[in-house]
Amino acid sequence: MSFYQKYLRYRDFDFNEFFNSVTVAEVGRILDKHRLSELDYLALLSPAAEDLLEEIAQRAHRLTVQHFGRTILLYTPMYLANYCVNRCVYCGFAAHNQIKREKLTLEEVEAEARVIAATGLKHILILTGESRHHSPVSYIRDCVKVLKKYFTSISIEIYPLEEAEYGELIAAGVDGLTLYQEVYNEEVYGQLHLAGPKRDYLWRLEAPERACRAGIRTVNVGALLGLHDWRSEAFFTGLHANYLQNRYTDVEVSISPPRMRPHVGGFPPRVVVSDKNLVQYILAFRLFMPRGGITLSTRESATLRDRLLPLGITKMSAGSCTAVGGRVKGEEPVGQFDISDDRDVRAMVSMLYKQGYQPVFKDWQTLD
Amino acid sequence: MKDVFHIGGKELTSRLFLGTGKYSSNQMIPSIMEASGAQVVTVAMRRVDTDFEEENILNHIPAHCVIMPNTSGARNAREAVRIARLARAAGCGDWIKIEVISDNRYLLPDNYETIKATETLAAEGFKVFPYMSPDLMVAKELEKAGAAAVMPLGAPIGSNRGLKTKELIRILIEEISLPIIVDAGIGKPSEAAEAMEMGAAAVLVNTAVATARDPVVMARAFGLAVQAGRAAFLAGPGATRRYASASSPLTGFLRED
Repeated sequence: MSFYQKYLRYRDFDFNEFFNSVTVAEVGRILDKHRLSELDYLALLSPAAEDLLEEIAQRAHRLTVQHFGRTILLYTPMYLANYCVNRCVYCGFAAHNQIKREKLTLEEVEAEARVIAATGLKHILILTGESRHHSPVSYIRDCVKVLKKYFTSISIEIYPLEEAEYGELIAAGVDGLTLYQEVYNEEVYGQLHLAGPKRDYLWRLEAPERACRAGIRTVNVGALLGLHDWRSEAFFTGLHANYLQNRYTDVEVSISPPRMRPHVGGFPPRVVVSDKNLVQYILAFRLFMPRGGITLSTRESATLRDRLLPLGITKMSAGSCTAVGGRVKGEEPVGQFDISDDRDVRAMVSMLYKQGYQPVFKDWQTLD
Repeated sequence: MKDVFHIGGKELTSRLFLGTGKYSSNQMIPSIMEASGAQVVTVAMRRVDTDFEEENILNHIPAHCVIMPNTSGARNAREAVRIARLARAAGCGDWIKIEVISDNRYLLPDNYETIKATETLAAEGFKVFPYMSPDLMVAKELEKAGAAAVMPLGAPIGSNRGLKTKELIRILIEEISLPIIVDAGIGKPSEAAEAMEMGAAAVLVNTAVATARDPVVMARAFGLAVQAGRAAFLAGPGATRRYASASSPLTGFLRED
């Protein structure tokens, strides 16, 4: 059994027919339940549920404050390398894009780490493109060793690994994994991933579970919104998170709802996901998994992020930069995507306090 | 009569312990402590950031308070032991609240791993306060392992659902010689008072105060409720009867002469 079996159970599900059958009264009944079923979650993602958005928001807000308090964990991404052998039509780092390719030396990693650590952040997310030649596991492990001196929690957002490789990075000090399936619909996945190892849908789908088996502490999954019908993609993301939480009860599971942003490749979103849609997704997930984390990146604008905050968000990035070495190199390198909220850590902190939230800089520390 | 609470090598006058999670700002903590009268405060080591003066929670705890660091985030005994040692190294004293949780959905404690961690840490001289699911045999094991108290949950952490495990806690109070501190689940001052009336040695509250509309006023309410419940316990409430005393349907004939 892997999440793929769960996916197959709903692969040919008639989402439209289900959505047409959902009534506002049914959504109201779901709001009174303690524990939501998979189909309750899907009903909250239906067009009918849009009529009860405020009621759902009230409940989502209460649940979030109850379980997470008025706190938001802050983290920042650090791009180690942008070499990539994949051709994902929507990504700025895709192999066919003519951009400057580079990877940080360990000295450069340390220089970036110093700049970030000076802002007080303790949680870092490191990223690479998929290139086992330029950014092999051994390179990532060496970077982790440097970063451990500056950060108490290190997460990776890299290509899918073998279970033993995850174990190797965990032993080196990694405690979190972020890995987006990008699109759960297998057919669409095939259309968007033209070449490279990333074409292997199943290998990617099962990677978070391999990391859980290897003993990772936190796992963050997600679908890139804009590639396919958002309602079913949000549904599968929630099912994936729930599947992992059920099987790996000690792992802190979270999701991200990233919406596509402009980038070098210029691939326009196939589906427009409105602010209202994004809100509905966040709320529905909060009710489905009251203790599940929800991460909101700087892809969204400052104004929208401030408004989404009380709806269920538990983790936000700050002072983000999506270019390799972007914090210490003088020139303006090309990022993976354009960020929309460019506030620095200090500005984020003062915004959070203003909204009655405590910024949390440290929520874990490596125990070795 | 002066009611001094001897626990973990300290003498306390308050029987309310408070948590520090979920507040909108650490700056609120001094006023919460003052309003409640609480003298013991538990702090998640995972959140303690000694590199950052402004945000370091330890800098916001009044000097007269006893810090009870906790091992939140530990998934097994080994991690709990490591976190406890880090706490001691960080100057947080010898008290340690063991939280070993391998269930992220309900945050229920892992009693088995908790016993193991308690054994190790008590042997290292820590005053160990294990958070546990109320179970008599486990409580006896914790007592044997050298715990300073036993901290059964009233309901899952953060649920604010009250004393759902009341009957099991009552058994622990009757059978275990260590102080029983009800931790987790208490949502209202009346529930804290109820736990104290039953004979709990103390209660620990976090979510109910931190997520109240006015945390400072709620902290005061809990302080008063714990005092009231304790006073009622010491006063010894009158026995409750199912029948009005005039009627003795089974033994009444004995008085007919």
